Amino acid sequence: MSFIWSLVIFSGLVALVLLGVEGAKLEGLFGIWLPYAAVGIFVGGLIARVVNWGRSPVPFRIPTTCGQQKSLPFIRHARLDNPATGLGAAARVALEVLTFRSLFRNTKAQLTQDRRLVYGSEKYLWAGALAFHWAFLVILVRHYRFFAEPVPVVIGWIQGLDGFFEVGLPVIYATDVVILAALGYLLGRRLADARLRYFSMAADYFPLFLLLGVAGSGVLLRYVWKTDITRVKELAVGLASFRPVLPEGLGAMFYVHLFLVCALLAYFPFSKLTHMAGVFLSPTRNLANSNRARRHINPWNPPIVGHTYAEWEEEFRDKIKAAGIPLDRE
Amino acid sequence: MEKTREELLQIDFKPPAKSWMDPHIDFEARRGSWSYPGAPKNLRYMGYPNPREWSPTDADWKLPANWKQIIFEGMRELLSKYRSFKVFMDICVRCGACADKCHFYLGSGDPKNMPVLRAELLRSVYRKDFTTAGKILGSLAGGRELTLEVVKEWFYYFYQCTECRRCSVFCPYGIDTAEITMMARELLNLVGVNINWAVEPIANCHRTGNHLGIQPHTFKDNIEFLMDELEEVTGVRVEPSINRKGAEILFVVPSADYFADPGIYTFMGYLLLFHQLGLDYTLSAYASEGGNFGLFTSADTIKKLNYKIYHEAKRLGVKWIIGGECGHMWRVLHQYMDTMNGPADFLEVPKSPFTGTVFANAASTKTVHICEFTADLIRHGKLKLDPSRNDHWRVTFHDSCNPARALGLFEEPRYIIKNVCNAFFEMPENTIREQTFCCAGGAGLGNDENMEARLRGGYPRANAVQYVRDRFGVNLMSCICAIDRATLTTMVEYWAPEVKISGVHELVANALVVDGEKERTTDLRGQPLAGKEDKAHV
Repeated sequence: MSFIWSLVIFSGLVALVLLGVEGAKLEGLFGIWLPYAAVGIFVGGLIARVVNWGRSPVPFRIPTTCGQQKSLPFIRHARLDNPATGLGAAARVALEVLTFRSLFRNTKAQLTQDRRLVYGSEKYLWAGALAFHWAFLVILVRHYRFFAEPVPVVIGWIQGLDGFFEVGLPVIYATDVVILAALGYLLGRRLADARLRYFSMAADYFPLFLLLGVAGSGVLLRYVWKTDITRVKELAVGLASFRPVLPEGLGAMFYVHLFLVCALLAYFPFSKLTHMAGVFLSPTRNLANSNRARRHINPWNPPIVGHTYAEWEEEFRDKIKAAGIPLDRE
Repeated sequence: MEKTREELLQIDFKPPAKSWMDPHIDFEARRGSWSYPGAPKNLRYMGYPNPREWSPTDADWKLPANWKQIIFEGMRELLSKYRSFKVFMDICVRCGACADKCHFYLGSGDPKNMPVLRAELLRSVYRKDFTTAGKILGSLAGGRELTLEVVKEWFYYFYQCTECRRCSVFCPYGIDTAEITMMARELLNLVGVNINWAVEPIANCHRTGNHLGIQPHTFKDNIEFLMDELEEVTGVRVEPSINRKGAEILFVVPSADYFADPGIYTFMGYLLLFHQLGLDYTLSAYASEGGNFGLFTSADTIKKLNYKIYHEAKRLGVKWIIGGECGHMWRVLHQYMDTMNGPADFLEVPKSPFTGTVFANAASTKTVHICEFTADLIRHGKLKLDPSRNDHWRVTFHDSCNPARALGLFEEPRYIIKNVCNAFFEMPENTIREQTFCCAGGAGLGNDENMEARLRGGYPRANAVQYVRDRFGVNLMSCICAIDRATLTTMVEYWAPEVKISGVHELVANALVVDGEKERTTDLRGQPLAGKEDKAHV
């Protein structure tokens, strides 16, 4: 059901932009105003979200320790999985963000015929997720060439590297293949695995559709319904310099691509996609396990006093005395 | 327990047809998988809201008239107090990596025991009432109305989580279900929905100093009785002091260690070691519990119960603290005590009087884990050990959840065991260290009425025990947690009856050569040592 709903909404968005551009001739809205609005919502929304998280304190230091603590000198300390310093914790988060280290641990539990539990390595999710995120990043960086004149040398290098295999004309980017394959896998596994299907929600399918739509329309623009990239660049440079111009003849597919990007940006701060920022703020990962070495301060530490010794002695005085345990007040 | 092992293992991992958003639970049909509610006298003693007689099988749970408002306000407050709560509510992508990591899910096949769905039970309500998308789109955005049925569902599933944190090891964002469960239990507690196995120990602990409600004279009697037993085995009289001012060290243990088999052997082990060393320490009949069931109820309760440790250390004028073998006690001592009840500036940085080792990792809390203390002694050759006195045991080690995933105390106990035992075998790697499986009886769930859930949830651990039993002939699982020693005993009796449970310091004491001891023919349990069967009169 949630899959269908997401698909319906996604299709609605595509229909909307096609009608808007082809029917109502609202190129100005879809080419200039919506991109500005989407970027505004994205930046403002994400900042608001992070500020909101930041407004709540971290009362306790609760790292999940995944390796040996730093204790005695003769015991080897797991610096990354159980960092003892802020620097170690930063390295842990960096590895989490750049290599999805926790996901790399993933296993698959199975109950055998004779009812034993066995655990196998399960790296597909890690590989698929990592492939998608890195490909997406490279593609984003590549797109910088549309906004900059002259195009920075680095971007050229990345582009060259991405087209390293020199297959097809125009050269097929490796990342284009990878992102479509990875997104296809991420969507496919949600549908194929009964367990995942059971708890997947519209909010899980919808961003996948958006991303597939963005990547798919981008690929079509480059390889099939080619668009005039000098005009695209004219639009992009205009938007970036806040002197927007609207070139003619960008084509419906280009508007579909741009609108889906806008939808993704605007949807981002209100969705699970905020994990991009949240991963940095997760207290089980970004804190050092130095709890006993350095005191962690809780700003709202309530002034609670337990049952005091004096109260305890008062209540059990006779029994304490009879047992020959020393008393504070005879 | 009426069901056979075979019946329990008919686990169906196929999700049901009905949507998880349907909260209905038939408590009658699920007897054996929930715990009895908190008795009103205990709630009253602790000043908790809404004390009353009720049962989960009742249609009416007698919640306060404005229960919904109480929960929403509580949620708002917790969101403002805990960044963890906010972030964990917002960023889950439901990738499913956690799904098959929970022992309760693996043992039951119940999809709501998948950590992702356990969190969604709360997250769906958060979305509906605390996010823009949820307010507008409702269930399409994954939002769910807070109803009485949802509260009942929360009770069932948040008291079917042992806060073991195994799932958080695998989560790409480190989302910690223990944290979410703790928030849910805080909320439930606000309307008087809690379990007696948590609130009774809390009430006891607040009054007498320990969960079991042992009063000072009984505390002393129990310990003397254990010292009698110890003398019978070793020929050495150990005379611990209680509430002695001016001792160098305050020694804090979980109360089960001086109360129940097999923890008592661990307790005898600690004290025999200290005796041989001539350690200047004292026990306290007031701070007679390191464990803290507040961890399973509310942060305020943790602080209230933990208060006595530093309070007593200050009163007695000790220099530092050693803590015994206990799991969640160590989560509190390590991650909460200093923040809540510190700074312990009246204590000194712990330094072993025998090796000179300064425990820099405990420089602020001044509290050392006994395994750190003992491993250091062995490393410096301060103990005379005869590991052959453990040759009747073939030993494996169970990493208790909290020392594993809140401290990373992996090598210290292993180092000790390898020095005091000759036959040590690891369980499979996906079931030890940070990936260790819970005993399924922690977080207040180790009661008898919850036995089916415990046995099911205990199966992943038991299954690994069966593996080393069959492959290496393992007959003892050692661990450093009092709840483990109590609940794993029941659990292996069911799944792997040939295997016994012990603490680490029980094994230390078996091997420890003590000045003036008689020839040992039995271990601390009175079982004959290997090769001494004819000499032992058991």
